[in-house]
Amino acid sequence: MKRVLEVNDLSVSFKSDSEEVQAVRNVHFNLYERETLAIVGESGSGKSVTVQSILQLIAMPPGEIISGSILLNGEDLVQKSEKQMEEIRGKEIGVIFQDPMTSLNPTMRIGRQITEGLIKHQKMSKKIAYEKGMELLNLVGIPNPITRINQYPHEFSGGMRQRVMIAIALASNPKILLADEPTTALDVTIQAQILGLLKEIQQNMKTAIILITHNLGVVANTADRVAVMYGGKMVETGTVDEIFYNPKHPYTWGLLASMPKLNDAKEELQSIPGSPPDLKSPPKGCPFAARCPHVMKVCDTHMPDYIKTSSTQKTACWLLDERAPKVNSPINVGGGRNDE
Amino acid sequence: MMSNSRKKLVEISNLKKYFKLDRHNTVKAVDGLNFDIYKGETFGLVGESGCGKSTAGRTILRLYQATDGEVLFKGEKVHEKKSKHELKVFNQRMQMIFQDPYASLNPRMTVIDIIAEGLDIHGLSNSRKERIQKVNELLETVGLNREHGNRYPYEFSGGQRQRIGIARALAVNPEFIVADEPISALDVSIQAQVVNLLKKLQKEQELTYLFIAHDLSMVRHISDRVGVMYLGNMAEVATSRELYKNPLHPYTKVLLSAVPIPDPKLERTRKRIEVKGEMPSPIDPPSGCVFRTRCPLANDVCAKEKPIFQEVKQDHWVACHMYDDRYRTEFNK
Repeated sequence: MKRVLEVNDLSVSFKSDSEEVQAVRNVHFNLYERETLAIVGESGSGKSVTVQSILQLIAMPPGEIISGSILLNGEDLVQKSEKQMEEIRGKEIGVIFQDPMTSLNPTMRIGRQITEGLIKHQKMSKKIAYEKGMELLNLVGIPNPITRINQYPHEFSGGMRQRVMIAIALASNPKILLADEPTTALDVTIQAQILGLLKEIQQNMKTAIILITHNLGVVANTADRVAVMYGGKMVETGTVDEIFYNPKHPYTWGLLASMPKLNDAKEELQSIPGSPPDLKSPPKGCPFAARCPHVMKVCDTHMPDYIKTSSTQKTACWLLDERAPKVNSPINVGGGRNDE
Repeated sequence: MMSNSRKKLVEISNLKKYFKLDRHNTVKAVDGLNFDIYKGETFGLVGESGCGKSTAGRTILRLYQATDGEVLFKGEKVHEKKSKHELKVFNQRMQMIFQDPYASLNPRMTVIDIIAEGLDIHGLSNSRKERIQKVNELLETVGLNREHGNRYPYEFSGGQRQRIGIARALAVNPEFIVADEPISALDVSIQAQVVNLLKKLQKEQELTYLFIAHDLSMVRHISDRVGVMYLGNMAEVATSRELYKNPLHPYTKVLLSAVPIPDPKLERTRKRIEVKGEMPSPIDPPSGCVFRTRCPLANDVCAKEKPIFQEVKQDHWVACHMYDDRYRTEFNK
């Protein structure tokens, strides 16, 4: 598999005079051609900040990349100037945000928003860019592109606006698509349409997708690999099957157990007591220690290293240390097809 | 819950709520609902945005006046003319929990005052001491500490705020609570905490819930019976087990098949029922069956006649011509 993006030891903080919020701490992951990597975690876990740092979209100040590198084609994006980044955003990496209402410019016709990048970065003439724009609208399933291209965002429904966002993100045939909660604001039937569309595009254009979501159903439907984030750290990564059927981190266990299954019998939901850590003064050891049912002394003081449990799965948890007591995954994971 | 032992708490018949936009346009947000809510049950109301589920919940509580139809609460008409005093007595028995834990708590009031507002209005505490004692009890009931009482809403996380909203609703000892998307704004692990709390309270205080949500798996988990709304109309009502195992209405089937299940192997083999387009505008809904413009099985009769919402087997109601004896044959061609 060809590696298209490599994030090494990335740490991002937001600083003010008196305090520092350590939003992302020492995150490391790779992205391969044609795959979908899902980053899951609760709000404040650092998943959006991670993706925004890839594009250098974080306002600096107050944001600051404290350490790490982000390698695209062997070049470090952290070292690029704003001008160079504009070029990369326009050509190499497309992005889709959660809220299609606020991420489109309400005062600009759709056509201008789609063609902007084409004219600027691909040096197309206006006429050719508009033809390509209509082609893109057609590709993302917007009927009647000739009329639609001259309309404003408010004339589109939520699902249609998200299709427009996807069309803009795809305009330059990017190798990488970053999708930050792309279906969270949409209804389930529209969500199914958009996820289907993303898969189809990925097949045809070999795009690598980073999908940020908190919906584990969407992850199961779309992802090839999963990275689980908690308290600014990546606590576990693996293939989608490994994460759902053989998770090793207690936070992953808790996350999977707190989901109601569409076809399960009625019982109390497993919840994770407490709430996530305050990243102004993140815990010295494992970020999940305060809520972990299997916490040991060492967890409060030392961050565990990643331990590989297969060629594709690695987990940062002291339970995997050979000196730790053996704890089995407490839950019957996956959708649980046994109804009765 | 057995069908012969259950008592109707809320009876909704032909309930309509229209919003007039201007002289020519009216939004038919709720267009003729018929269903009952039994004492002690959780009735889940699901549907996509714009289907009218929130409007239905608010109209049932008389937060909106009904355009037509009737709601009976323990046999008493909810929307009839009531004196100020009658309304006050009445309101105490029905409460609401809102979706947005950030917008539904007054940021300038302390938690004590937020929770005690209902106690004050309904004169449920006789002294300052009793007032504070009751609030402390409520805080503990919802899993907060009494020290939290003197703080302001901004000092709490989303999950904690939702607990404050629940404590406020419980303060006046209601019998019936409408919870409008009470967990949608919360993270998954926090959602489970709040849902477990709601279920525990229901058992302890014999509460009846109307639980409005768009998350079908959570609704299945919490509800005894579920109603599916589409464009102001009720498409189907059944016990939650029956509805998820044996959905009848084509829209319910579409909706269930669209929900991704957190099981990768199952997802890879699942067939989705495709549905065309998006929900039409409630200003000008389609003639006949409102779902017919997107229904994979729509027939001529669907455009001509509005399907009757009827009980096709015990406890399973559906509004679809496919299950109407007069038209059944039309769909077997």
